[in-house]
Order: sequence, then structure tokens, then C-alpha cells
Amino acid sequence: MPSIKELEDLVVQVRRDILRQVHKVNSGHPGGSLGCAEFFVALFQEVMSRKEGFDMNGADEDLFFLSNGHISPVFYSVLARSGYFPVEELNTFRLLNSRLQGHPTTHEGLPGIRVASGSLGQGISVAIGAALAKKLNNDQHLVYTLCGDGELQEGQNWEAIMYAASNKVDNLIVSIDFNGQQIDGSLDQVLSMGNLRAKFEAFGWLVIDVPQGNDLESIMSGLQTAKDHTRKGQPICVLLHTIMGHGVDFMMHTHAWHGKAPNDDQLATALEQNPETLGDY
Amino acid sequence: MKAYIDTGKKDTRSGFGAGLDVLGATNPDVVALCADLTGSLKMDKFKANHPERFFQVGIAEANMMGIAAGLTIGGKIPFTGTFANFSTGRVYDQIRQSIAYSHKNVKICASHAGLTLGEDGATHQILEDIGLMKMLPGMTVINPCDFNQTKAATIAIADHHGPVYLRFGRPSVANFTPEDQNFEIGKALMLAQGTDVTLVATGHLVWEAIQAGLLLEKEGISAEVINIHTIKPLDQEAILKSIAKTGCIVTAEEHNYLGGLGESVSRVLAQNSPVPQEFVATQDTFGESGTPAQLMEKYGLNADAIARAARKVMGRK
Repeated sequence: MPSIKELEDLVVQVRRDILRQVHKVNSGHPGGSLGCAEFFVALFQEVMSRKEGFDMNGADEDLFFLSNGHISPVFYSVLARSGYFPVEELNTFRLLNSRLQGHPTTHEGLPGIRVASGSLGQGISVAIGAALAKKLNNDQHLVYTLCGDGELQEGQNWEAIMYAASNKVDNLIVSIDFNGQQIDGSLDQVLSMGNLRAKFEAFGWLVIDVPQGNDLESIMSGLQTAKDHTRKGQPICVLLHTIMGHGVDFMMHTHAWHGKAPNDDQLATALEQNPETLGDY
Repeated sequence: MKAYIDTGKKDTRSGFGAGLDVLGATNPDVVALCADLTGSLKMDKFKANHPERFFQVGIAEANMMGIAAGLTIGGKIPFTGTFANFSTGRVYDQIRQSIAYSHKNVKICASHAGLTLGEDGATHQILEDIGLMKMLPGMTVINPCDFNQTKAATIAIADHHGPVYLRFGRPSVANFTPEDQNFEIGKALMLAQGTDVTLVATGHLVWEAIQAGLLLEKEGISAEVINIHTIKPLDQEAILKSIAKTGCIVTAEEHNYLGGLGESVSRVLAQNSPVPQEFVATQDTFGESGTPAQLMEKYGLNADAIARAARKVMGRK
């Protein structure tokens, strides 16, 4: 089991991976990726029970689905650094003939990906299906998914949220990247989500707040609480209060870096703030 | 021309229900999802016999498609059930991303397709679904013609790995194909040999094409009648072999002429052996309320219309 220092080092390295991936091809989504680096590291390194290797069905292991597929840079980095494919492959992000498509897909057979995502609002439904299959198979493992907060503006989410509570899908933990930002501005400016906790609770979910969504120990503690409450008749929502662009000062607290790559100077500054730890790819 | 006997009118949706019930008993991986139309889709038996494998999702088709995609991860073979309109257009992006692009083994089973939904009118009578679904890479598109064939197709698609769109309907129609038929995806069925004109039909129009063949026979015209139950992948060989004999073709379907079986056949002809073709299909229009028979008459989708098209296309040879 890695120490907190080792996990923190991994987070920094993942940030570097994110920045270098999007810089190389001058495209991709660094803001949301950086904001979720700690969550992904905690989930893949500590929280989930995972088998060696990858098979699509994922029997007898926990599963993860990324609903907001545009934060693929963080997903790819953590998958690679968790052993799903060689880290050198991060060099191919968004290039022609790459398995690392702009948004994650099963189409190119990249280990770790179980469904395509990118068109928003579909991940919770897919995660529910996988959770139902686990129940049918008497598989005691859990299903995790991550959604963006702005993504919850898509109506399909609320169909899924209604279904999961009504049918007691209690082997499911849905985390929300609650950074308050979307492409056109803050959530409140674009389309206010109101009180997200109250919304989930009104639908019958157990809601756990992680006020420090960029703090590894807070995330791990929140997800442990979530795990402790599974199999009690309720689906679980973890509200991760994250900071978009976390770890790079000029990218933080703004939607400006949602889908924009840093230039050479900006990359140098951002990497200076995150010195190499485990080795660049 | 070979005669076909209607063994008693039945709805194709009941064929689906019967096939699904068989699968419930024979294949433990088969699960079913329905968006508040269990009775309309004839899924009651499966639900009663296998309640743990039946998922009522409510009036929430987008969620149903996503859940179906997820159920395949874990080895299940989900069959979704709702009307054709809500199985396709309403959830196109969910099917495209979570099922087709993700290559999930979901069977999208769609009832009440086309005009023969009848009195409910155009909001529910989709005439664009074949086009929508055949354009999705990797999607198989099947439109069986009667109760027996729909039952056989339902059972057969469980053994095909990959997404399938299975289209059927509401009204009772002639049941004339063999009860014990072996359904082969992508294999056209020769119903009657002929030399003057090829009639290829899908779904409810297959029986009408047989009746058209009999009408034409009385006029001394020898029609070859082919049942194209699988629109994608299309049995090109069967079509090309037939037109090599007849030199002209009529396509018949309960669908818009844009995007349907007819256009798929046109592509085969254009790339291989252009011959005159006439389209028995709706002409880029929405439907309306009426009885199925009235609508098929008004929109030119019956045996008389096929026979007229056959005479016309023969004149263009």
C-alpha cells in the first residue's frame, strides 16, 4: 500500500502528464483534468479493488466509468501509471492512429476503458447497468463513476438518478466533480444547479460531501465513508468540491482552461510549479 | 407462383414476446428492459417468468439505453423494448455513443414501427428509423415479416455478438413463414422464382409483395419475390442474382424512401449492375391517424401499389 507521500508524488507526476499531453497537441482539457488528479490517484491507487490486467467484463473487481470524457488526460495518465498500458503511450494523445482518442473509447481497445464517453450525461446510466449486472452475478464489488457538475444539466442524468434510488442500486458510488465551472462561465452564470445536495437527497440518494476535493486524505476518507454505506438500500453521491486547474496557479479558479492548452512559456511555468517526481514519459 | 398460406393473423410484436420468452428459458444471460410499455411489447411472459432479469425503467428511454450498455459489462445480453420512435430518434446519441461506438451487445427491439401503428398518428409512426439505424457503424438492422419470423429473429439475435436493431409492428398480419424456421441474419429468402421483375420487400410489405406477385401472374407477368428481412448487412448476392434474370426491381417497405431498404438496394445496383428500380415506400412525408389498412392504401404501401410499380418498372427496361 503506497504511503501518502508516494501518492502525493504521483499526483504531481499526473499533473505533469496532463500538461504535457495537451501541450504537445495543442488541444484537450487541462482544467478539469487537473482538478481531478487527486481523485483519480486516490481511486485507482487506494480505493478500488482491481485485478491485474484488464478484461471488459471486470468480474470480481471494482469498476470505474468516466462520464465527463473530456478529462481524458487525467484518466489516461492514471491508467498508464496504474499499469494498464505503457506510460510512453501518453505521447500519442490525440494523434492519428492512437488508442488515446480525444475522448475515451473502447473502439481502439485501450485497456481500462469500458465505454465511450464524451457526449455528456450517459455515464451514470451505464454505471447503473454494470452495477445491476454485478448484482445478477452475485459479484460483491462496487461500481464507481465520475460526472462533471455542469454535466448534470443533461436530463438523462436525472432519469438515471431517479432509477438508481427507486431500484436501490446500492453498489454504486457516483462522484461529482463539483468545481462550479463550465465552458461558458460559472455554473451559476450558465444554468444554476441550485442545491445539488438537496437535489440528490430529494431523489433518495445518500450524499457525502468532500469539502477538500483536492486533498488526498479527505478524498480517501470520503470515499471510505461512501464504501461503508454501500449495500444499505441507497445509491451514494460524493460531492467533491474541487478546484478547476488545481496545482497550476494561473489555471485555478477559472473556466478559461477548460479546453485550452498552454503555450510553451505557460507549460514551462506550470511544470516548474510541479517538479518531476516519478519520471516523465 | 408458389402459394403461401396465412395460418392465422398475428402481430409481429407477439412474435417478439414469444421469442423473448423462449430466450428467458434457454439463455440465462438474456435480460430485458422496458420503458413502461410491457404489455404493448408483449414482454409480460418474460417478466412473469424471469422477474429478476426484467428491468422496468419507466418513461426514460435514454437511461434505458445506457443501462443496457452497462449490463453488457458483466456478460448480460440486454433486449430493450419500446416503440420504434422511442427506440431510435429519441435516443440516437445514447445508442451512438454508449452502444454502437462502444460495440455493446445490446438488442434494440422496436415495436409499432411505421404507419401500421394506426390511429395514434404521426407522433408515434416513425418512418425514418431504418435509415437512422443503418447509418450507425456496426449496427445490424432486421425487419422480419410475420409472427413466426419475428420469433425466430428474436431468438437468433441473442447468438449474434454486437448491437442489433430489430423492428416489428403492432397490427395482426398474415402469418405464413414456417414455424420452425432457422433465421439466418443477412440471408435473403427467395419466396417465388420469376423472370420478368424482382420484388424485394421487408417487414409487413413481404406479404403484400407475395399478393402482388399473384396479381401480376394473372396478367402473365412472372415476378420473383424476395424477403429481405435483414437490411444491414444486405444480401447483395441475392439481389444481383435476381436482377441478372429479371432486369428490373421494385423495393417495398413501410418506411420513407429516403434512407430505407430501397436506397440500400439502389447503392448495390449503382455499384454493380444498374437496372430500373421503383420504390414502394412513403414519399418523404409524416404519417397520420387512420386504420392500418386505410393508411397503407393512402400511402401506397399495399399489393396493388407494388403491382403498379412492377408494371411501371418493366416499362422502363
